Amino acid sequence: MSEPNKVQAHWAETQRLTYIMLGIWAFFSFFIHMFAPALNGIKILGFPLGFYMAAQGSLIVFVAQLFWFSGAQDKVDRKYGMAEDD
Amino acid sequence: MATEAKADFTSNLGRIYTIYTGGFIAFVIFIAILERMGVPNTILGYLFVAFTIGVYAAIGILSRTMQVDEYYVAGRKVPSFYNGMATAADWMSAASFIGMAGTLYLLGYDGLAFILGWTGGYVLVATLIAPYLRKFGCYTVPDFLAFRFGGNAARIAGIVVLMSCSFTYVVAQIVGTGLIGARLLGMSFEMAVFVGLVGILVCSMLGGMRAVTWTQVAQYIVLIIAYLVPVVILSTQKFGIPIPQLTYGTVLSEIQIKEAALGVAATASHIVPFARYDPLNFFALVLCLMVGTASLPHVLMRYFTTPSVREARSSVAWTLLFIFILYFTAPAYAAFAKLEVFENVIGKPLGQLPGWIYSYGKIGLIQICGVNAVDVATITAACGRIAGHTGVLGLANFAIQADAIVIATPEIAGLPYVVSGLVAAGGLAAALSTADGLLLAIANALSHDVYSRMINKNAPVARKLIIARVLLVVVAVLAAWVASGRPADIVAMVAWAFSLAAAGLFPALVMGIWSKNTTSAGAVAGIWAGFLTTLVYLVVTRYFPGFGVDYLGMYSNVSPTTGRALVDLAKIKAETPQIFNQGMVLINHPMASRVGWFNVANISAGLFGMPVGFLTMWIVSKFTTAPSSEMQSFIDDIRRPRGAAVMIEK
Repeated sequence: MSEPNKVQAHWAETQRLTYIMLGIWAFFSFFIHMFAPALNGIKILGFPLGFYMAAQGSLIVFVAQLFWFSGAQDKVDRKYGMAEDD
Repeated sequence: MATEAKADFTSNLGRIYTIYTGGFIAFVIFIAILERMGVPNTILGYLFVAFTIGVYAAIGILSRTMQVDEYYVAGRKVPSFYNGMATAADWMSAASFIGMAGTLYLLGYDGLAFILGWTGGYVLVATLIAPYLRKFGCYTVPDFLAFRFGGNAARIAGIVVLMSCSFTYVVAQIVGTGLIGARLLGMSFEMAVFVGLVGILVCSMLGGMRAVTWTQVAQYIVLIIAYLVPVVILSTQKFGIPIPQLTYGTVLSEIQIKEAALGVAATASHIVPFARYDPLNFFALVLCLMVGTASLPHVLMRYFTTPSVREARSSVAWTLLFIFILYFTAPAYAAFAKLEVFENVIGKPLGQLPGWIYSYGKIGLIQICGVNAVDVATITAACGRIAGHTGVLGLANFAIQADAIVIATPEIAGLPYVVSGLVAAGGLAAALSTADGLLLAIANALSHDVYSRMINKNAPVARKLIIARVLLVVVAVLAAWVASGRPADIVAMVAWAFSLAAAGLFPALVMGIWSKNTTSAGAVAGIWAGFLTTLVYLVVTRYFPGFGVDYLGMYSNVSPTTGRALVDLAKIKAETPQIFNQGMVLINHPMASRVGWFNVANISAGLFGMPVGFLTMWIVSKFTTAPSSEMQSFIDDIRRPRGAAVMIEK
């Protein structure tokens, strides 16, 4: 792949990864909590599920997502020779 | 010699902070032994303050520096794990530590908007902004705006937004140190503010970002231990399992049973969503807090200190993990405290209330029958004045302030004073670490952006660093002076910072990186449009509601439960026009913060400002000359980690 193509492909894949991340973020920040009243009918260890998702569930997703993202973006950088040590 | 010592320090971080943590635990045990020997609480409290601030000061002095790079970005050698810890301490303020659990106690499910908003924002930080700013290589956020958007107009706009979000915020932290000192350690408020000021200055003045980084790591360790200990013990006492974040599920079930028995309406239950905020306001608040998080300069500048772009990314993940540990514990505090109140306070005869009620009633955090719960006689007299009061405490006659929950938990669990002292030390660490970061953001904007970039571009390094320190002291003293007047309004304004940053800075930062077509004129217009829209909405709804109704088409917000208007504007206008037309109103004015557009509460003002900012930027950019091809290739440079930083400081 020529250098300009690599630059373009790297940015396209970076964008794609970012949009996936923002999709997950939007789902666990907003979408799922719109159903909190219904989810509260389900109980796990005493936690109503709607409450649990806002108090812990979404947070756990955010943390896991960011560790995954930092690994995945690094892979993208390396794939196109765009990482810092390339 | 100096570099050798420094290399030694960064390669031994793990050992140094492990020894430090062990030392801190040993110190707490030592205080516990002193307490057993009968040393009075006041002295124990002072020992806690003196020891922790002494340690922070020692770190601050050891990290002193005369290099610009070290002063502004800690030499860009902070490993991602430690930068995560430092950012977590930078982020979690006195309000997170002391107030958040109480907010959850009072608001139930709807309070979780703060938990979600103050964590999810880091996804935006990691994916949209921080790694790119790190690659760019600036010292401050306005520096990036100035470079990308062609000069001082963008820089000045950035500085104005930065100042307006950060100054009220830093004042609130210093008020926080005053309140912690006054309530938990028996100091006078003014004395505690002064101690806070000294604590902040010793950590930041000599070493700038470098010193602040290493003290913030130390402060994170203190604050997280202090936050976890009381509620872990409480959970162990009650369930035999030291994981309150797991056991509070059972507590929530018990709360619901108690609520039913006490006649709390099912719609007002602790776990029911959208009872205090309607869905629009709940999600608007979540969005404003998240986007605000991703644009606050004192947070973003922490990611300038990592050695690489890769580490900037993983550092955001560590930050969120360290914040998560506190934020997923806060709802447990709220649940345990609520159950205690329902089991042992409500429905009890006035003479049989637990002792902690009076400990915190004396300092104004608990009211019974409308008076501070100072002692049995006072509350019995006050309740006696209420017609038909049976001498049994009802839900309606009990009021507890948000700040009481975390502070009171050690006593609720029947723990010795040493644990209360530990909580005070944790609260101080949270307030001081956030104040340090904010102060540095403000002072660096003044010294680097205003002085070095605009007033005297060729100043020698020594002069720049002296100016930076003088400004730091001036801002700190000014903030402490404002704080010493206990400005309730300013403390309430902290929530505004998120909306202001979200509307003023977020569009420019995101478009600056993600859109090559955004022009300088577009960005500057967008920053001002977003910022001013938000500011006007905040100021008018809070201070000039009558003006908003008459001239800006605002109307009353509605109650989330009944759907009815909160205030009858027509009635107030017809019957008491002098109240309707009053100029600047106080918080107890019937219309203050109760009017607006589309029922959006003023805390979520960014909901208007953000789209205005983005739209203005897009439209103005359409009609102005596109950025030069040189600038476009700079943007390409920012977008990949490879290669040298775009901006290299001399």
